[in-house]
Amino acid sequence: MTTTPLYQIGTFAAGNRLLDPDQRSVQSGQDRTNAITSGHRACRGCGEALAARVVLDAASRAAGGRMVTVNATGCLEVFSTPYPESAWQVPWLHSLFGNAAAVASGVSAALRATGRDDIRVVAQAGDGGTVDIGLGCVSGMFERNDDVLFVCYDNQGYMNTGVQRSGATPPAASTATTRPVGTSVGNAFGTGKSLPLIAMAHEIPYVATATVADLHDLEAKVTKAMSMHGARYLHVLVPCPLGWGSASSETIRIARLATRCGLFPVFEAEHGSVTHVTPIRQPVPVTDYLEPQSRFAHLFSGAGRPDVVAALQDRADRNIARYGLLTEETP
Amino acid sequence: MLRQVEGSRAVADAVARCRPAVVAAYPISPQTHIVEGLSDLVTTGDLAPCEYLMVESEFGALSACIGASAAGARTYTATSSQGLLFMAEALPNASGLGLPIVMTVANRALGAPINIWNDHSDALSQRDAGWLQLFASSNQEAVDLHLQAFALAERLSVPVMVCMDGFVLTHAMEEIDVPEQDAVDAFLPAFAPRQWLDPDDPVTIGAMVGPGQFTEVKYLMARRQQAALADIAEVAAEFESTFGRESGGLVRPYRIDDAEVVLVAMGSALGTAADVVDALREEGIAAGVLGITCYRPWPHEAVREALRGIPRAIVVNRAIAVGSGSILGQDVRLTASPGTEVHDVVMGLGGRPVTRAGLRQLVLDVLHGRLPRGALHYVDLDETVAADEIAREAEVTVP
Repeated sequence: MTTTPLYQIGTFAAGNRLLDPDQRSVQSGQDRTNAITSGHRACRGCGEALAARVVLDAASRAAGGRMVTVNATGCLEVFSTPYPESAWQVPWLHSLFGNAAAVASGVSAALRATGRDDIRVVAQAGDGGTVDIGLGCVSGMFERNDDVLFVCYDNQGYMNTGVQRSGATPPAASTATTRPVGTSVGNAFGTGKSLPLIAMAHEIPYVATATVADLHDLEAKVTKAMSMHGARYLHVLVPCPLGWGSASSETIRIARLATRCGLFPVFEAEHGSVTHVTPIRQPVPVTDYLEPQSRFAHLFSGAGRPDVVAALQDRADRNIARYGLLTEETP
Repeated sequence: MLRQVEGSRAVADAVARCRPAVVAAYPISPQTHIVEGLSDLVTTGDLAPCEYLMVESEFGALSACIGASAAGARTYTATSSQGLLFMAEALPNASGLGLPIVMTVANRALGAPINIWNDHSDALSQRDAGWLQLFASSNQEAVDLHLQAFALAERLSVPVMVCMDGFVLTHAMEEIDVPEQDAVDAFLPAFAPRQWLDPDDPVTIGAMVGPGQFTEVKYLMARRQQAALADIAEVAAEFESTFGRESGGLVRPYRIDDAEVVLVAMGSALGTAADVVDALREEGIAAGVLGITCYRPWPHEAVREALRGIPRAIVVNRAIAVGSGSILGQDVRLTASPGTEVHDVVMGLGGRPVTRAGLRQLVLDVLHGRLPRGALHYVDLDETVAADEIAREAEVTVP
């Protein structure tokens, strides 16, 4: 089931033509704000670079250019600011790995206290800086409902340090610290750690998930988040060709397969309740998503591990049932 | 105007009159009364405009201060002990980014064993973090140092710690003058950040610096710290001419001119030491005190000058470097000229009081050659307890 969909949405030219002009992506337009410019040092096919460009351009447009960005340590920080070069055309602050949310809270408080709260604050971190080392600060920022949009670019591992496992690494994935050696099937089947659900438990005004497969949806969610105040959380799935062992030309397709198989549900929530779910129009089995990634190659070599693949399919099926991904209705 | 007030409350009032725009703090004893006071002042509107962030940890507190300071706001936090260590990752980040954050450290021991009482282990463990460290000898000086700290931080673009002894100062009620608002405003002009995260003039703050430039960045930082010695003395002089009392500066000598023995110390022990010196002088013993107000940057010249021609110096260490020896004592040793015999003693760890009797005995022991030279001496150690434990340990067999 790897047929090319006939129907496309988002920034693809064909899809754009199907949309009303005011709904079309402006990523390729003359009025791009270029929050992050070309020439940075991201890998070819980097999902995070693409997502960051779309997110910050959309946020900057929504804020009328009045925006400050806070960045956690990680790939995005490293590839965008090798001194004396900087890819950032917006005010940008990097402090540490685990404190982006707290730093952003401080920026927001300072702008409010000094009467400049027309300036909006966007914080960015990878999955490590969000779900693991940064979780305390993220939760504090949520709980206080600080006026910050926090964006997590989730590439499911510590890619900047050489592809080690993070709390967001999926079960069975091979990483530098979860190699499928001996009887291991790769990363252990833990209980999972869904930051969108944790964010929702804080009942913050807005939580959304998105992927780089649907940039128009990503832009729309950023724009919506920026129309609100208080703590907002956006969790973006960004395939990493290096860490996932996928072709650099496959980033978009793999992100789309992650949603179509049900492993990455795309939804929005407000004040703790799901308000919108992006339905899966053309479902695929998880194997379609797993097979093009060498981090799952051990599940398919030799006799393969159909039991492990079945367990992953169970996870996808649970998501599909939980979020109602195969119906048009909101659960 | 003098008021009978708790040290922490006086510091909270003094900080409020410095008009911080953002306060971010996490409670830890014995810092709590300071931040409770500030929280009240923000809630009542007496300190406004100001945002008080009740963060989830000390790491969050200093991180929020980093963001606020980079966004151009005057920023304050306070902590103690393990709380300062929980900030440790962010301390050199704040100094490396040149952010003029002011922090009170209500000095407390480091565990284990957990101990909430006073010594200097917390601040001294962070002596190389790139912050200025000023030690208050009294609650009046603690108040005054906060005004000077904001002035120094913003003049030099470096963060400053004001260290005051936990409980001994923070919880002591005494007569303190907190300068009036108009006087503070005159001394400390509104914060004009050198750069901030301005959308009209975007800057990249916190870029990755590789081997090509890193040494130069660190060199310039170290150079600026050294140069701060002149500013610290200058701001203290400005303070004295404005408020009419001596506070802050680099070192505080007391009756050392003809002294045959000088106690070197930091913090609240200095008052006790001065009393002991007065009593000894009445007995005909030429003793003196050298108080260290500025610990970082280390005032090498000022200490050397003060100890010039002094035959004996006794360094009262209220913290130890396990595996090495003393901390303050090492600095003094490296500074004093060969003619000065430096005795290095540990006293007053984990809230054990530094008493007049203890200091007096110490001075007499040194003068009568009863203190072994060259080794770190634990003045107030209960040797019976230690010996029992050492003997018991020797009997334990590992299976």
